[in-house]
Amino acid sequence: MVPIHYYLILSAVMFITGVVGVLTRRNAIIIFMCIELMLNSVNLTFVAFSAYLGNETGQMFVFFIMAVAAAEAAVGLAIVIALFRNRQTVNINDVNILRW
Amino acid sequence: MSSELIVFLILAAVGVLSGILMITRPNPVNSALFLILNFMALAGLYITLHAQFVAIIQILVYAGAIMVLVLFVIMLLNLEDEEPLREQMSKRHYGSLLVALLALVLIVQVIGWNSGGTLETMREQSPHALRIGTVEHIGSVLFTEHVYPFELTSILLLAAIVGAIVMAKKRFP
Amino acid sequence: MDFTDILISLIKIVVMFGVVLLTVAELVYTERRISAFIQNRLGPNRVGWKGLLQPYADVLKLLLKEDIVPTAANRFIHTLAPVISIAVAFSTLAVVPIAGETIRLFGREVQMVIADVNIGVLYILALTSMGVYGLTLSGWSSNNKYSLLGGLRSSAQMISYELAMGLSVIGVIMVTGSLRLTDVVAHQSGWMWNMILQPVGFVTFVVAAFAETNRAPFDLPEAEPELVGGYHTEYSSFKFALFFLAEYANMITASAVIVTLYLGGWQVPYLELLNLPVGVTIALQILAFMLKVAFMLFVFQWVRWSVPRFRYDQLMNLGWKVMLPIALANVIVTGIVMLLL
Repeated sequence: MVPIHYYLILSAVMFITGVVGVLTRRNAIIIFMCIELMLNSVNLTFVAFSAYLGNETGQMFVFFIMAVAAAEAAVGLAIVIALFRNRQTVNINDVNILRW
Repeated sequence: MSSELIVFLILAAVGVLSGILMITRPNPVNSALFLILNFMALAGLYITLHAQFVAIIQILVYAGAIMVLVLFVIMLLNLEDEEPLREQMSKRHYGSLLVALLALVLIVQVIGWNSGGTLETMREQSPHALRIGTVEHIGSVLFTEHVYPFELTSILLLAAIVGAIVMAKKRFP
Repeated sequence: MDFTDILISLIKIVVMFGVVLLTVAELVYTERRISAFIQNRLGPNRVGWKGLLQPYADVLKLLLKEDIVPTAANRFIHTLAPVISIAVAFSTLAVVPIAGETIRLFGREVQMVIADVNIGVLYILALTSMGVYGLTLSGWSSNNKYSLLGGLRSSAQMISYELAMGLSVIGVIMVTGSLRLTDVVAHQSGWMWNMILQPVGFVTFVVAAFAETNRAPFDLPEAEPELVGGYHTEYSSFKFALFFLAEYANMITASAVIVTLYLGGWQVPYLELLNLPVGVTIALQILAFMLKVAFMLFVFQWVRWSVPRFRYDQLMNLGWKVMLPIALANVIVTGIVMLLL
């Protein structure tokens, strides 16, 4: 039998991996992928609790998170393309027009 | 060790390793591939949790649609490799690593490896787990109890479509 | 799940794999013969009786060639891409039922399907959406601009037509009320095939299947006149053979899925009235399934040699402005009709 702790700790490790990625990488698309990784680790927690509690609400949450992630992917990648078109870069260190 | 634990450990190892490889590869295409591998491992973990609908949707939506789109954009922009991570390690990087590690320790401490509390009662999956993961059950709950959020999601997706087109469109002269 | 179950599954997989491989070989032969017939030529007729051994000679030739990997290519992904293509093409067949009755093997009732999962339709959609990676990655990893263009085209094309494909399938799911493919087939007994209940969905699904398999008139990812060879320009020897195999295996898979979803699968109308022994019934059902698949394969080839290739903008317009609205309207009309009846 696999206790729920294992799933929760795995999810925590994956979430932190995503956090480290966001903090260390400078490529906008990779940062975007790290955010997807974080969303997914949260999904794992939801599904794990749903299975161990015998309650389907967790899986509903996952469903809606996936819808949000899909919307985010469409808009986020559109932003990246617009950014690249205007500045020929996706490195977020070079996108400092709002920084004085 | 039971067979379930072995399956879990293999999938967990694949998930964690692919995650770490994803954030350390300089090439964005390699990163995307490792993220896809990570999603596959997650789909396997959902199967071990008897959430078959979520597992198949994970592959269909994440691996099949979102990541294809990401890969498409990476190839369209023809991005070059970032400089390898170990050459650009700075104080900021060590700082962020430290913060992340602290956060991990904190979360694990809260979960507690084997401490008592509410989690202690959840050593095994609920007997309902087999039933609630099926498409029939998810469908009936989604279209009765959660029908308003579901309809709102469609508005969200419409807004996303419009937003994406407006932003990615070429400027008119 | 003990040893016997695993053995039975293995036997099923090996049989299915062997049959598909043999069919691919002969499919290449029929493709060349049919194209020759349509273009008023002779086609291959020297190796073996009427040229039947020609595909084996071709395979031998391909395998004996030198395997060339461009210096600037990403070696690992360059090797991985054809493997993805072939794996996806073969795994989809796991959920397709080929006969209705069960047979007894090692003291167990064995269904004539490798895996009878209750999310079969979703499984097929998920795997088709994975198929795009093989093409896209091969295009990118070759480090060749024509290959890259082919890969880009394939990813855009397959995302666009997957939508229409998924929406057409929803009509079938609504009529059947189940995602299990054995239920879908069982529901189409007699002449109540989904092709008759869902004529619009059938047409959109077949068109989308053509686009998903990258067959003419949608073979833009490998359009020879514009892109040299498209995504497999830089492939040779065994890896090229794998892509070749994957294309034809995809055709077989697509035909099998079309037959299962819309043409009644293994159903032979009024067969149950004859009271035949079980063995004969199974044989007839498998034969019917194979004949239907063979007919769909012929349609694939017929279309390829009759219809000219689309231009890229025409392809996108068709996908987003024609196929998607029709498929959506089909879902709505199906819903209204089911509500009224």
